[in-house]
Amino acid sequence: MINRFGSYVVRHIDSFLMGSLLFTMLVGLFVLYSASGQNVDRVLSQAANMGAALAIMWVAANIAPQHLERLALPLYILGMVLLVGVFFFGEISHGARRWLHIGVARIQPSELMKIAVPMLLAWYFSRRDNTLSLSNHAIGALLLAIPVAFIMKQPDLGTSLLIASSGFYVLFLAGLSWRLLIGLAVFAGVMAPIFWTMLHDYQRKRIEILFDPYQDPLGAGYHTIQATIALGSGGMAGKGWLHGTQSQLDFLPERTTDFIFAVFGEEFGLMGNLLLLLLFTLIIGRGMVIAAQAQNMFSRLLAGSITLTFFTYVFVNIGMVSGILPVVGVPLPLISYGGTSLVTLLLGFGILMSIHTHKKLVTS
Amino acid sequence: MNYRSELRNYQLEQHNFRLRLAFMAVLVLVCFGILGSRFFFLQMLKYDYFQTLAENNRISLVPIVPNRGLILDRNGVILAHNFFAYTLEITPSKVKNVEDTINEISEFIEVSAADRKRFKKLRAQSHSFESVPIRTHLNEVEAARFAVNRYRFHGVEIRSRLFRHYPENNLGAHMLGYIGRINDRDLTALSEANELSNYKGSDHIGKSGLEQYYERQLHGTTGFQQVEIDADGHAVRVLSSTPPVPGDNLILSIDSKLQRIGEEAFGDHRGAMVAINPKNGEVLAYVSQPTFDPNLFVDGIDSESWKALNESIDKPLINRPMRGIYPPGSTFKPFVALAGLEAGKREPPFSISDPGYFMLPGSSHRYRDWKPGGHGQVDVQRAITVSCDTFFYGLALDMGIERLTSFVSHFGFGRKTDIDMKGEMSGLLPTPEWKWKRWKQRWFPGETVITGIGQGYTLVTPLQLAQATAILANKGVAMRPRLVSSIQDARNGVVTPNPAVVVDRVTLDPHHVEIVTQGMVNVTLPGGTAASVGAGSPYAIAAKTGTAQVIGIKQNEKYNESKINERHLDHALFIAYAPADDPTIAVAVIVENGRHGGSTAGPIARKIMDYYLLGKEPPPPVPAADAAVTNAPEPAHEEELHD
Repeated sequence: MINRFGSYVVRHIDSFLMGSLLFTMLVGLFVLYSASGQNVDRVLSQAANMGAALAIMWVAANIAPQHLERLALPLYILGMVLLVGVFFFGEISHGARRWLHIGVARIQPSELMKIAVPMLLAWYFSRRDNTLSLSNHAIGALLLAIPVAFIMKQPDLGTSLLIASSGFYVLFLAGLSWRLLIGLAVFAGVMAPIFWTMLHDYQRKRIEILFDPYQDPLGAGYHTIQATIALGSGGMAGKGWLHGTQSQLDFLPERTTDFIFAVFGEEFGLMGNLLLLLLFTLIIGRGMVIAAQAQNMFSRLLAGSITLTFFTYVFVNIGMVSGILPVVGVPLPLISYGGTSLVTLLLGFGILMSIHTHKKLVTS
Repeated sequence: MNYRSELRNYQLEQHNFRLRLAFMAVLVLVCFGILGSRFFFLQMLKYDYFQTLAENNRISLVPIVPNRGLILDRNGVILAHNFFAYTLEITPSKVKNVEDTINEISEFIEVSAADRKRFKKLRAQSHSFESVPIRTHLNEVEAARFAVNRYRFHGVEIRSRLFRHYPENNLGAHMLGYIGRINDRDLTALSEANELSNYKGSDHIGKSGLEQYYERQLHGTTGFQQVEIDADGHAVRVLSSTPPVPGDNLILSIDSKLQRIGEEAFGDHRGAMVAINPKNGEVLAYVSQPTFDPNLFVDGIDSESWKALNESIDKPLINRPMRGIYPPGSTFKPFVALAGLEAGKREPPFSISDPGYFMLPGSSHRYRDWKPGGHGQVDVQRAITVSCDTFFYGLALDMGIERLTSFVSHFGFGRKTDIDMKGEMSGLLPTPEWKWKRWKQRWFPGETVITGIGQGYTLVTPLQLAQATAILANKGVAMRPRLVSSIQDARNGVVTPNPAVVVDRVTLDPHHVEIVTQGMVNVTLPGGTAASVGAGSPYAIAAKTGTAQVIGIKQNEKYNESKINERHLDHALFIAYAPADDPTIAVAVIVENGRHGGSTAGPIARKIMDYYLLGKEPPPPVPAADAAVTNAPEPAHEEELHD
């Protein structure tokens, strides 16, 4: 009886993915304990977030992909309505308009779009006949650009970037022509210097600081400078858990959220960093295998997009903390403190598991 | 589509997909490779460098606050400058227990509750490694006392910081404005403007007047030093340093001498005066009476002084020239006259026979002239000179409200002058649409009638009135009024002029302008309503008097000064420009409860023009009661007792 219940629970859980996720989140709790100045409450609250996110993942894993496919369009429309709502009636906090009051609850529609956009695009491209024309891609790009523009306007650069990339991955995997891609890249390369000359001085200055933090060490560049000092001083083996001087003193800002990787890197050093990268690689690798084995176009595109968006999270966050990418507000997935993005992430992994475990037996 | 091709397509699709996925997999590995090599670079190759920075020493970023720009009058007289004073500062991250430290300091240096409150607030807004002042303006004795005890206080230091000072105290306080401590609202505004990092280390910001409007220019750019600090918190060496760029100096078009003469001319009266050069829009004097001492605000005003200023019945904090709104009264008449002439009405030799009142057709309500019995035969020029109400009642009605307001709006009525200060009021130039929107009532012809003499809904600020006078003096060309004539780079002294800008231009028939000007010149000649103001003047003054009712007078009731509370007396208005043939100064004066434009407001304008045009200084001020006698001799004509 207990056995049968157990097997019912894990029926749609992919054990390899589950194991890697749990291990990474466990690492996250340890880093958070150190980064928060050994604040147990903070760690427990994050553990609770994880519990809730895992429950949602389980639910998603148990919904068959064909049901998800039917949900794609309504979900997207709902998300767009909410985004427009935010635009007009949203609540402003910290200078950005991201939240919407619905009765008693406060929701952040841009989080919903992180899933809804790739789902819609996967649905859109899977419904087309096998020959995809340029206009299909143009419509897809439009469906992507509208929510991205709204979220950028909030302003939330990090989220709009993630959603833009999730949509781009669908377009790319669905067969966006190489010629067009290269053409666009060349066009951007030509236009950039022209665009640059059209900017105001202060706008140029802002962009320059984005790439060279030392121009504004008291303002926008402060985070990056402190983070690279923390990372660099970690050395080969790190200063040891709870012993990072930069992170334990007050030098490092936002060290439980966007800049938590600096704490990890200082305390666990190069070895720790490479091991964490390996963990992320395992998760991404498993996601790609699931995508490659998926049985229809919708599942395939969705699984590929979810996996690659996860990669984007990791790359943008670590890149910005280690000073090779400009600072945009993207958390380190599974490690940074915060419940909202964790829920969305694990919802995505739930969908991956659903795709992998709901395969029909076909002979080929 | 048969089964085979579907299968083949399926396989082709899957094949293409897997190819693209594989491409992305390679990209992922390349990106992770980049991250890995970055780690290798930071954590292996540059390890020693960062290790040194992080562990043995700590890097501290010390902002270097730029000198705030000076404010000078047109002759170089300093109106706002900075001086150094000692402050006692604590760096919270270097102190074990901040509260205990403050208590220990207070044993030999006075620390008030307000100091503690301010410290707490500032501390919450800064990084813990930034030093926060606990006391400002330490005197030499206090500084010496701390120096002796310094060894006991790790993380507490004496610094010298810049403080703002207004050496002329009350002079032009409303125009200069003041700086004050940066509060949460300022912080939000700075962060929205992306200016926050430039204010690291700054603790003051312009709060009003020019200090606020030109904050960006006055503040300058903050420099910084990257300093290595050893375990004891002493700076070991400076790693890099970027010097601050001092703020620009403001050079005003104001003449502080003229300003002082203007302020003193008011005596104990409340009111406002603005003088503008009509040719280029330079503001020459900007008086708001009573005034206050802006130095009180620099380091946070104490509650008693604040209460005294804020609750005073005289309202000294109001910037009257741009925020005080008054009915223009008869000073509105020259503009109505010009409107009529330009519309082809009332062209001489047209004249009326004034019975002393005006009636709308089919109504028995009498719109009274200020002079019972009327002025006799009156043409447009004489109507201005004697301020004939009856003439303008009829003219306004004949023109209609829309045509009237649309013409006079070219003189800046009903809209902001865009002077270089924030918070200007726009006054009111009423139209039927406005009334419908505001009151949901239609416009009555009687309201058009009284608009003709500057009564009714029309409201102006003293600045607007001065601007309107300047536009008239400049024959219809409106220059943007401005207090700052040029901005000086404090590093090299290079002066950039704040250019004169034409904001509006209305084409006027020179002949019509001549008629109005002559009517206004006659105002200051015998027979005019301000004959005493023009008495003995070597230059011709074009002027108009006005009074504005503070409380309404009922039909058939007579205005009786002796019966009315002093605060309910009429406001006195006076506009003038001179020399009348080629004006270089335009003035508007409002004296609150000053009764008659000719006797209280006019002499103030005369003193200003005498100094500006002749360099003549008025005799030293005498108490107000006597001043009325010496400066405004008993009016020679009955006219002066009125409008």
